Amino acid sequence: MQAMIWLQGTAWLPEAASSVASEVDALFHFWAWVSVVLFLGVIGATLFFVVRYRRRSIEEVPQPVKEKKLIELAWIVLPTILVLIVFTWGFRVYIKMYTAPPNAYEVLVHAYQWYWEFEYPNGVKTTNELHVPANRPVRLRMSSADVIHSLYVPAFRVKQDVLPDRYSTLWFEATQPGQYTIFCTEYCGTQHSGMVAKVVVHPEQEFEQWLQEAGVPEDMPLPELGARLYREKACFSCHSLDGSRGVGPTFKGLYGHEVELEDGSRVVADENYLRESILQPGAKIVRGYPNVMPASYASLSEREVAALIEFIKQQQ
Amino acid sequence: MATQMHAATVAQSQAEVNYLNHARGLKSWLLTLDHKRIGLLYLISIALFFVVGGILALLVRLELFEPGQTIMSAETYNHVFTLHGAIMIFLFLIPAAPAVLGNFALPIMIGARDVAFPRLNLASWYIFWLGAITMLVGIVTSGLDTGWTFYTPYSTMTGSGVTWVVLGVFILGFSSILTGLNFIVTIHKMRAPGMTWSRLPLFVWGLYATSIVQILATPVLGITLLLLALERILKVGIFDPALGGDPVLFQHFFWFYSHPAVYIMILPGFGIISELIGTFSRKGIFGYKFVALSSVAIAFLGFLVWGHHMFVSGQSATASTVFSLLTFLIGVPTGVKVLNWVASLYRGSIWLRSPLLYALMFLFVFPIGGFTGIALGTLGLDVPLHDTYFVVAHFHYVMVGGMFLSFLGGLHYWWPKMFGRLYNEKLAQLAALLIFVGFNVTFFPQFILGTQGMPRRYFDYVPEFTTLHQISTVGSWILGVGLLLVAGYLLHSLFKGQKAPANPWGAGTLEWTHTGRIPSPHNFDRIPVVTRGPYDYHLAEEIFGNGRGEGNGVVVQPSGQAQQSHSTT
Repeated sequence: MQAMIWLQGTAWLPEAASSVASEVDALFHFWAWVSVVLFLGVIGATLFFVVRYRRRSIEEVPQPVKEKKLIELAWIVLPTILVLIVFTWGFRVYIKMYTAPPNAYEVLVHAYQWYWEFEYPNGVKTTNELHVPANRPVRLRMSSADVIHSLYVPAFRVKQDVLPDRYSTLWFEATQPGQYTIFCTEYCGTQHSGMVAKVVVHPEQEFEQWLQEAGVPEDMPLPELGARLYREKACFSCHSLDGSRGVGPTFKGLYGHEVELEDGSRVVADENYLRESILQPGAKIVRGYPNVMPASYASLSEREVAALIEFIKQQQ
Repeated sequence: MATQMHAATVAQSQAEVNYLNHARGLKSWLLTLDHKRIGLLYLISIALFFVVGGILALLVRLELFEPGQTIMSAETYNHVFTLHGAIMIFLFLIPAAPAVLGNFALPIMIGARDVAFPRLNLASWYIFWLGAITMLVGIVTSGLDTGWTFYTPYSTMTGSGVTWVVLGVFILGFSSILTGLNFIVTIHKMRAPGMTWSRLPLFVWGLYATSIVQILATPVLGITLLLLALERILKVGIFDPALGGDPVLFQHFFWFYSHPAVYIMILPGFGIISELIGTFSRKGIFGYKFVALSSVAIAFLGFLVWGHHMFVSGQSATASTVFSLLTFLIGVPTGVKVLNWVASLYRGSIWLRSPLLYALMFLFVFPIGGFTGIALGTLGLDVPLHDTYFVVAHFHYVMVGGMFLSFLGGLHYWWPKMFGRLYNEKLAQLAALLIFVGFNVTFFPQFILGTQGMPRRYFDYVPEFTTLHQISTVGSWILGVGLLLVAGYLLHSLFKGQKAPANPWGAGTLEWTHTGRIPSPHNFDRIPVVTRGPYDYHLAEEIFGNGRGEGNGVVVQPSGQAQQSHSTT
């Protein structure tokens, strides 16, 4: 059983859940098996020669072997043919990967240090959760607010860098409803490995329903909105609520207490301190913590900032 | 003639003044113009940096033993993996083979008394240290967390010591350029009479090809890094989009150097493998001309494939397609070289000593690096594999498995000539086994991690990847023990090692056949006249007599005992 799994290569590859995945996997298996056979040939010949022609006396001097042009020619031509097959096959898969069908459903992707934000055609935004319908091509139009990121869904076999000064696009058609991991695969700083999100693939009819319900009501109470933003804007990846030390200071017991700054001075963490720390993170650095909080939170609305402050006030 | 002269050299061996003892004191080393001594100065320098880079590697593996924080914070981890890469590449891999083994062996192998420009050679060592210290100043004062690739705009925004490190690498580049320049002129102008191009040992061909890349590619890296420093200091918008620059432009510039730099690292390794297989199978390298010229061809073609690092960067699909095709065309001659080496063993007289063990390991490990390189060059396969552990495993198979193993093989091969002492062969074979096992246990699981989707440069990972990461970490300990053992018996041999004969391996190149136990300060009393190819053992009367074992050379019996085969004159 175990052997069969290895033979089929499923121990090597993650689950396949997009229309292009099976084509990538077929190419992968072709490449892998040809490589294994050629590799065993090289190693087999080496071992055989080492044993068969091992030195038997110190004064043994073998006569030179005449070089055969035909052999040399053969092992230049055959590998060339093999790599051209792999090249052509890879090219065809690649073209398919990068040509989105015209009717694709478009989602905007904004990448930040260190979270993903997804914006749907009706204005709904989600953080670190990309919701898509199954069996329908989805095209991501992506840009970054700071450094280069890269969006990678192993189960879909797709990846594309996300750049700060232009759009890049990526498309896929998910074939199985379920949840799949999104990794950031371009090194982007301290919390690079925390920039993990998921794709939630809904059956087609359920997707529309989800989209209707996902909007944020305008009259949501501030603390509730704050809690939602804490989750969605990925504040949690650096600031804990339980007092444990993260990349940044914990929110627990922060409000109203004194904090010591880098230069040794002390300030009370009041509302204005919190506001400044969200909008201009580099202005006051707490002693013992790196100055790595991105400036992108400056784009939060007044109401959102107020909501976050209310939320932090509650964490006593 | 050559035969008698050689016999004389052997007879005088002990009392002879050699390059190690002809002048003493620190000053005689720091101001030396002798290519052999400069080679040793480099050996000590890069060994130092290798130890630092190696300890950093062990720390990286230890942190990844479990998901989440194990021994250091995310911030620290980013510095540690960056420094591991930057130190290993710029301070070890690039200088190691040319500056240590090339400096020591190249002039003797072509029958010269020194390199063409001995003062420039010493200068390049000082420039190396100037660059290294500049780099270290940046690292010690503010660290480095960009990855060794310095991708913009992260590298223009981070507070770490990018400016200093980049200036250091810029300075190191000059050291590399000067060494390359020196070697090219030396190979063109200093060959002994009869040392035609088709009689050049293949290590020399490898160094020749390497030197071309060093001279042509390094200035591009220098310019790129200078622009990066200017952007950071003067805020000139070149790569940072916030200042109106283009971040992908940096990647083009960077890989235009750094892909050829892979060949700076591996081409001398190819040369070493040719020497080892030639000597220890006592046979010419099958397809000598192909092996020699393909190195030079690879050196030039290596400039045309940089875009294969950028298939998912936003580069145009047309460009990616062309780069992919060119990548395959450069892959073929590399693969054919491997077949040539295997074919060279056919009907040879194969002597399993530690240097050959490293060459055989290379024949095992390097093809894995090559085949996985084909996968990464394939457009449709690179997309899912790019920036995952598959890439990490691939370049460690090429760089550690290809370059570092051949460097170790070369070091074991030339060690008796460098110091006139033999190391303990049994321990050397044990260490080779440990390194082979440790290396594969460390890096093979990383291929599977990569195909399963584990991204590189991750401090933390999802729990499913734990087992493979733990296997890899255990492998790094085995590898570490193997390398410690190597350091142990090599250092021991310096003081207690058995005295080596002039030609312990029965090799056919000039550094073995025409110099004493330890070469004299100027290598040759009289410049040798070369009458045969480097691997024409059947013509090597000075070693084997007329093919009946009646030569004057000294060979070692399989038991490891040195012996004078015959003392006829």
